[in-house]
Amino acid sequence: MRHIISMLIENESGALSRVSGLFSARGYNIHALTVAPTDEGSISRLTLVTSGNDQQIEQIVKHLNRLIDVIKVVDITEGDHIERELMMVKLRATGAMREEIKRLSDIFRGTIVDVTQQVYTVQLAGESQKLDAFIEALDKGLIIEIVRSGAVGLMRGEKSLHI
Amino acid sequence: MTEDVGVELTGAQILVHFLEDEGVELVWGYPGGAALPIYDALDTDAKKLKHVLVRHEQAAVHAADGFARSTGLPGVSLVTSGPGATNTVTGIATAYMDSIPMVVITGQVASNMIGLDAFQEIDTVGITRPIVKHNFLVKDVNDLAMTLKKAFYIATTGRPGPVVVDIPKDIQNAKTDYQYPKSVSLRSYEPITKGHSGQIKKAIDMMVSAKRPIIYTGGGVVLGGASEALTELARHLGYPVTNTLMGLGGYPAEDKQFVGMLGMHGTYEANLSMHNSDLIIAIGARFDDRVTGNLEKFCPNAKVVHVDIDPASISKNVVVDIPIVGPVKQVLEKMVSLLKKHKMTPDQDALSDWWKQIEAWRSTNCLRYEQIGHKIKPQTAMEAVWRITEGEAYVTSDVGQHQMFAAQYYKFNKPRRWINSGGLGTMGFGLPAAMGVQAAYPDATVVCVTGEGSIQMNIQELSTCLQYGLPIKVLCLNNGFLGMVRQWQEFFYDRRYSMSYMDSLPDFVKLVEAYGHVGIRIDDPETMQAQLEEAFSEKYKDRFVFIDVITDQQENVYPMIPAGAGLDEMILV
Repeated sequence: MRHIISMLIENESGALSRVSGLFSARGYNIHALTVAPTDEGSISRLTLVTSGNDQQIEQIVKHLNRLIDVIKVVDITEGDHIERELMMVKLRATGAMREEIKRLSDIFRGTIVDVTQQVYTVQLAGESQKLDAFIEALDKGLIIEIVRSGAVGLMRGEKSLHI
Repeated sequence: MTEDVGVELTGAQILVHFLEDEGVELVWGYPGGAALPIYDALDTDAKKLKHVLVRHEQAAVHAADGFARSTGLPGVSLVTSGPGATNTVTGIATAYMDSIPMVVITGQVASNMIGLDAFQEIDTVGITRPIVKHNFLVKDVNDLAMTLKKAFYIATTGRPGPVVVDIPKDIQNAKTDYQYPKSVSLRSYEPITKGHSGQIKKAIDMMVSAKRPIIYTGGGVVLGGASEALTELARHLGYPVTNTLMGLGGYPAEDKQFVGMLGMHGTYEANLSMHNSDLIIAIGARFDDRVTGNLEKFCPNAKVVHVDIDPASISKNVVVDIPIVGPVKQVLEKMVSLLKKHKMTPDQDALSDWWKQIEAWRSTNCLRYEQIGHKIKPQTAMEAVWRITEGEAYVTSDVGQHQMFAAQYYKFNKPRRWINSGGLGTMGFGLPAAMGVQAAYPDATVVCVTGEGSIQMNIQELSTCLQYGLPIKVLCLNNGFLGMVRQWQEFFYDRRYSMSYMDSLPDFVKLVEAYGHVGIRIDDPETMQAQLEEAFSEKYKDRFVFIDVITDQQENVYPMIPAGAGLDEMILV
């Protein structure tokens, strides 16, 4: 099953490779990983998407907690949560396709953020599945380039990850 | 505290002063370009701190490891950058797998040279990352003292482990005020100090109602100083106790409740008691594959209570019914006090039936062997050494058949006496580890049990042993084969002895004599006892003695659980 694991780590060189090294050393998957500093400059928040059965996820969380640079870990998919991912897609947009892409982008609540005579760049945010659906809906021949941020998320309501 | 509080010192001097303030007495190392300022500070500033010059950096780490295993104090080694650091890798990994507290200081090229492929530059922090509890690259001399404090704190608390501190040469030369940091706290690291009392209560309820219980303990009992608490608990309950390879000595081997080591080369009674138990009380052990055999066949009817300081060890291989995360000593003491307070006792009838069954298994006498003909059985040599040293020696070992013979035939009644590379299985560990033990206990009998294969992996340390007058006794069980490899080839590879025969062996007696030591060759079962007695006699009390025992080439280690089999599927002889 897919899990989103979110953690606070020391904002130090090496902290990220300790996390990614743990996954490769123990044979766990990383589908996506994103990291950036928080409002507290000495702390970064790292979010990763992985998959495994309950026992594997439990082991992953335990091993992450064991890393000295990891301050706190939570599997946000354990409960209600909000999840978002950002995607930018550069599309070949000529002739009739210019209108078609605009319409499709509107349906998905995307924004066209860069325009040339040949190209549209569509920005889209949402759950990862929604981004997948947008790509599915496109004519593959139109896609020049795609970039995705990897999922980030928060637990709903009062629950939070803080020190 | 030294009188140097607030005095401006170089980074190299800070390191030396810090080690003294931290109470470190012994450092194992080897100098080189990127560590020269530190070696200079050792010469100018060290008062009590002693440095032992090894002959290869791997040995520096194994020696620090042997020191740590035998004393419980952190081992410390010091090496230069590049090859100095890479040579420590096997030693660090050995310590990591067995959770040994250790701090390894590595020199590094100057900060402004890092990343430029400078001479003897290597990414030490990157290379050691998967095999350390934590590591640091010091970037500012003002952080040095606190970084060292953190290193010792992390290495010695919680589940112990090695910590590497990489110090660039410019940081060694930079100056700042030094003050010994008395305390340290890390927001991301707070080792647990107590087991959950509710879980402990649940565990003892399950323990007293068990019909066929067994206590299975590992290296955590030795590392956690919990031998006495374990003995008290086991005696109170009257349950059988088995130890892992790492746990030997955690419970007195000559006690009647001890059923021997378990696992691949464990005793019949230990493995069958495990397999047929209805409750496993696992303490400071990690259900290693050499212990469990095939997990699918592992102890089908047993519930599991597991006490460990490391939550990640719990339910990793075997799903646990009652996990207790905490220091084993505190948890065991709490168990004993609760059992006594509530006057809880086990079901005596069930226990008596269980012991009858265990005694029946024990009566197969699975460690029996016969000394026939003119070839020395390695087991006889091992047993003879156990008797001659009255079971009081510190025994280090290398890896292979001799390691298993030592584990099976030397009865360890005390913790920290049996020192071997259990997790990583590092050949070449035994001799340098023995140096660490002998340095810690200069008057003790220290035996290094080895084979002609393993000993050659760090044989250069014969020189170190001469320089520092370390009177180690090496028992080399020399069968001219990489014995454990040969044994597997005999069983599983149709007797194709590919590369397991050691041709062109040196004359070990002459070799050690060339290093200024005493060499004794034993190849006759008739004279073995007398020759061994002489080797351990007053005559050689202050000498390093290498005892080369020519043993039966065909001898195998039994019992044995083949890979993929269950604990009840043992080969007995």
